[in-house]
Amino acid sequence: MKFNNEMTLTVKALSQNEAFARSVASAFFAQLNPTVEQLEDFKTAVSEAVTNSVVHAYEKSGGTIELWAGLTDNAIYIKIKDRGVGIDDVSKAMQPFLTTGQERSGMGFTVMQAFTDKLEVESAKGYTCVSMVKYANVEN
Amino acid sequence: MQISYFEDEKKVVVKIVGELDESASNVAKQELDYILNSTNKKALVFDMARMSFMDSTGIGVLIGRYKIAKKLGIALYVKNLSKTVDKLFYMSGLYEIMTKLENDNEI
Repeated sequence: MKFNNEMTLTVKALSQNEAFARSVASAFFAQLNPTVEQLEDFKTAVSEAVTNSVVHAYEKSGGTIELWAGLTDNAIYIKIKDRGVGIDDVSKAMQPFLTTGQERSGMGFTVMQAFTDKLEVESAKGYTCVSMVKYANVEN
Repeated sequence: MQISYFEDEKKVVVKIVGELDESASNVAKQELDYILNSTNKKALVFDMARMSFMDSTGIGVLIGRYKIAKKLGIALYVKNLSKTVDKLFYMSGLYEIMTKLENDNEI
């Protein structure tokens, strides 16, 4: 795949970086002139992936989250990676309402799926990578 | 994120301003629980006109508050959602536990 533009961002896996990371990713997507709704949907999907890494990946040890994004003529490709504990059973984790508790909704992957055009999750011990694609149609 | 509220004769109206995400969730839970536990109204309206962002962490916060409201006999309503947050509400079943208002005259 050839991209017209690319960006990378590495942040510490901290709650206060969730807004920063999703804002950077959606500002980059804005270059394709998506509709307001497409932009907000994408921002929400990125927030879900980043929040998963903050909440689940590192327990107390801490770590970083890496975002990479590439733009084609009409879509953004994004990868959100952490080097945390990994997800034991990805297909199980992706079921709606499966939650680790603490009043979490268990809707994270469901939202990512609904709000993007393609979602892939790869995970092993010490590694999780969420890849998403979102198309932009110029507002008429 | 900031939360403010006011009461009229029938209801308490809660305005959520800013971004309701994971980093704001603990403060949101505490403040909403305080409002629920201190009001004597039987209806609470969430006004989201100035909520600039919400993700599934916000869904978790609202489902948790519903459980408390139900015990207290307080009905929940919501108004002024963005298109994206409206979709989140449908997707997660939140409209089964709170009613969308087009205007305040409905309650």
